[in-house]
Amino acid sequence: MTPELGHFALILALIAALAQTLVPAWGLWKGNARAQAVASSAAQVQFLLIAVSFAALTWAFIQKDFSVAYVADNSHSKLPLVYRISAVWGAHEGSLLLWGLMLSGWTLAVSLFNRRLPAELSATAIAVLGAVSTGFLLFMLITSNPFERIYPVPLEGRDLNPLLQDPGLIIHPPMLYMGYVGFSVAFAYAIAALITGKLDAAWVRWTRPWTTAAWAFLTMGITLGSWWAYNELGWGGWWFWDPVENASFMPWLAGTALIHSLAVTEKRGLLKSWTVLLAILAFALSLLGTFLVRSGVLVSVHAFASDPARGVFILGFLAVVIGSALSLYAWRAPKLATDGELRLYSREGLLLLNNVFLVTACFGVLLGTLYPLVVDALALGKISVGPPYFNAIFFPLIAPLFVLVAVGAVTPWKKGEWRSALRRLRGPALLALAVALVLPGLALWLAPVSASFGSKLTVTVATWLALFTLGSAGLEVWQRLRAKRQHGVGTAVALASVPAGAWGMTLSHLGLGLWMLGVAYVTGYGVERDVRLSPGASAELAGYEFAFEGVRESQGPNFTADAAHVTVTRAGRPVADLAPEKRFYPSQRSVMTESGVDARLHRDLYVALGEPLDPQNPNGDWSLRLYYKPAIRLVWLGGVLMFFGGLIALSDRRYRLGARAAAPLPAASLVA
Amino acid sequence: MRLVLSRLFAGLALALAAALAHADVEGLNPAQEVRYQALIAELRCLVCQNQTIAESSAPLAVDLRNQVKTQIVAGRSQAEIIDYLTQRYGDFVLYRPPFKASTALLWLGPFLLLLGGLVWALRYVRGTRQPAATTEKPVDPEAVQRLLAETQAALAAQDAPARNPKE
Amino acid sequence: MKYLVPIVVLLGLIALFAVGLTRDPREVPSPLVGKPAPAFALPGLGGTPAQLTPADWRGRTVLVNYFASWCAGCRVEHPLLMQLAREQGVEIVGLAYKDTDADTQAWLDRHGNPYRSVIADTAGSAGLDWGVYGVPETFVVGPDGTILYKQIGPMTPEAWETKIRPLLAGTGKS
Repeated sequence: MTPELGHFALILALIAALAQTLVPAWGLWKGNARAQAVASSAAQVQFLLIAVSFAALTWAFIQKDFSVAYVADNSHSKLPLVYRISAVWGAHEGSLLLWGLMLSGWTLAVSLFNRRLPAELSATAIAVLGAVSTGFLLFMLITSNPFERIYPVPLEGRDLNPLLQDPGLIIHPPMLYMGYVGFSVAFAYAIAALITGKLDAAWVRWTRPWTTAAWAFLTMGITLGSWWAYNELGWGGWWFWDPVENASFMPWLAGTALIHSLAVTEKRGLLKSWTVLLAILAFALSLLGTFLVRSGVLVSVHAFASDPARGVFILGFLAVVIGSALSLYAWRAPKLATDGELRLYSREGLLLLNNVFLVTACFGVLLGTLYPLVVDALALGKISVGPPYFNAIFFPLIAPLFVLVAVGAVTPWKKGEWRSALRRLRGPALLALAVALVLPGLALWLAPVSASFGSKLTVTVATWLALFTLGSAGLEVWQRLRAKRQHGVGTAVALASVPAGAWGMTLSHLGLGLWMLGVAYVTGYGVERDVRLSPGASAELAGYEFAFEGVRESQGPNFTADAAHVTVTRAGRPVADLAPEKRFYPSQRSVMTESGVDARLHRDLYVALGEPLDPQNPNGDWSLRLYYKPAIRLVWLGGVLMFFGGLIALSDRRYRLGARAAAPLPAASLVA
Repeated sequence: MRLVLSRLFAGLALALAAALAHADVEGLNPAQEVRYQALIAELRCLVCQNQTIAESSAPLAVDLRNQVKTQIVAGRSQAEIIDYLTQRYGDFVLYRPPFKASTALLWLGPFLLLLGGLVWALRYVRGTRQPAATTEKPVDPEAVQRLLAETQAALAAQDAPARNPKE
Repeated sequence: MKYLVPIVVLLGLIALFAVGLTRDPREVPSPLVGKPAPAFALPGLGGTPAQLTPADWRGRTVLVNYFASWCAGCRVEHPLLMQLAREQGVEIVGLAYKDTDADTQAWLDRHGNPYRSVIADTAGSAGLDWGVYGVPETFVVGPDGTILYKQIGPMTPEAWETKIRPLLAGTGKS
């Protein structure tokens, strides 16, 4: 009965979503405040119903109810409990339900925290979210019902895709969806601003924390996804520029641009229509990602089972939602035109440039992702666009951002002073240069790998960019403290008086710098080797000696494994014991590589077990792939710092629930 | 039919996806090995989901790796090997699309866009400068009055919901 | 005016995706269509005849079908090939791709043999030259030895009626 209950709750949720959209819309049209107030309660009811539905599906998984087709397809009686729960979002139908739950959860949060918001704005935003939710619920009920039964009931499930049986995959999708879906709030506020024609400082102050929260979750989601791919795919890579990865990265780039343009709009009342456009764009790219992942128009390593019928539905939905948003934009945005001077050399001028680079990078990724489709549609043949292309265009486009971060840290709003900025940046720049000239050489001396002149040069430049960013972010904190201390404030008090928003920004920029550092070393100096080893033999890589001790069989809950034992020494001293595995999952007849990793902040040693090269002899040779990955942890550490930066910025007093939206309009708009 | 087929392929490729490929480098000197690894990391496996032939263990990927290796040992240049492959499979095998008429937009697009973006930003900045020039002029007292009234109205409207009886 | 740019871009993208949904991203067209069929010299099944080359069917339009006993898609298209060979007299040359002679023979004994001749491409070397990336694949080779068409994946009645049959009719063969 539980699955039917879940299905029924989903239908009721659709009705609630419709009410959440139509009743407030009517109220706004007629000026009826009561009808507008329905928005919040309908949103809360909708959340409860979807939560019931989600719980019902989870229960079916826990109970191994293989009479539900989705459970039978993605679970197995021997699947451990934690993976039975994460299998709820392991495939298309359930992940859509998770998406729906997240969307209604965000809407619930809006409906609870909207007390101080102008009633009209709040009702409009919630109605927009209701419309989005209606589309998703219809999609689920029409094409992707997770509660469908099958008869006859299979005795055994077909198991969760073994690739997804990994701790990273338990939290990666929920985090990612929190981010994707979270941009719907900024989108809804943008639509509300276009409809009501009101976009003031209060609006920005309301939109900013929601955007930052969504961005932080998306950052964490992408970081976890990268970490999972590194551990689970066995190729030692952390980013493949696969369409599915790009689908999550494009909204991130647009969202990052949005965070920065919101800052300009809040402080200076400028770039209003641009900010609105970015808010629409970030969510549009989230929907586009959903389309790309689920429609099968592009080939990807980790796409969902594709189905053109679903593709048609999402494309139609995307056309309706984003099409009406952009039509509304074309009609109403000219009225948001702002006045007030923006100087190129000022904080806001640099943020404008930041937006140009971020949005260009975003469109570069979009172009590369879709270009094979364009060429195919024009009947010009089939081409592939892969990592060589993306790396070639992406890094030049974002390199200036690091300089912008540094210069921005010493540039005030409204009007900057070139000479003083240069004077203040001279120290960090030269220091970064000094370290950048030494560090890459030192790294090579400590772990000798063969690197071309090109990669040495790239590593040096990237090191400089990263350290310059780190140094200037630090400089900014120090300047704030010094300014306070000059007014006779003690260090502790001065530290506490720095607004959370500024701490968040600094932390995120530190994260960016660390990320760059990690990327530079792992791509420039990372090495790998394919070796054939017999038990007892060893191979050398980057100064480390990998000794292969042999393979033994072991038994997991739903797999059998060949577990190897590899000991690593350096100059005779033991460094690590690694246990790479090759797992066989009989339920899906598939083989998985479980890599053995020794992780340190400055390097990873990574071993993946290949094939037995002598199948007749159990103690014969094996192929192994050895990797030396310098500084790869910094790539994820950077992401984690950005995540916490976002969370800290959220706690800024300006955004407190109690904070009144009473601050006057920016001075600039009064002057003109 | 096509759907069934693509499912079939999908199932097969996914099963193979995670099995680690072993690139056999025996018989290559260190310089050749570097060339070999760099080349196979930029070639696409045609039957896989979206993988290079270096990553894939599909039989076709193994064949292509061996082919690349044989040709490197035979002293063929990078361009010759790429020609050999594109003659058989087309540009699809290359993850680095060659620059030609049909890919000009792909390679130049981002940089043209950047140029356009910078021009737009500069024009935006210049566009905001005009009102600043006019602020030097004496202020029209009537306009100030009007603005003040509007601002007060706006502030009042903002405060209104705060007095909502619901609270 | 400039406020209309985003919606125009969106409409363009939607048109692109609408076309994209009708395409199969997995299907890679062969650059060999319109070019001479690559040469090979391979033994027939079981070593008889000792050597076969594309020159052997020069002057006739034939279907060159790459298949294997381990291939699921080959089972799907097999009845259609049987029908074409028996009822329409189409000349089909089979290339047993990466298979052992014994397995191929057993498979043909079990399901029937639609091929005028079966060539053993045990190592897949001919397949490599012909750009085969997944069996089954079927090439239409004209009388002058030019590849006229390539069917990727199992042969379907639609593909036969709309694509291949006109090619055979055009060269005076039904």
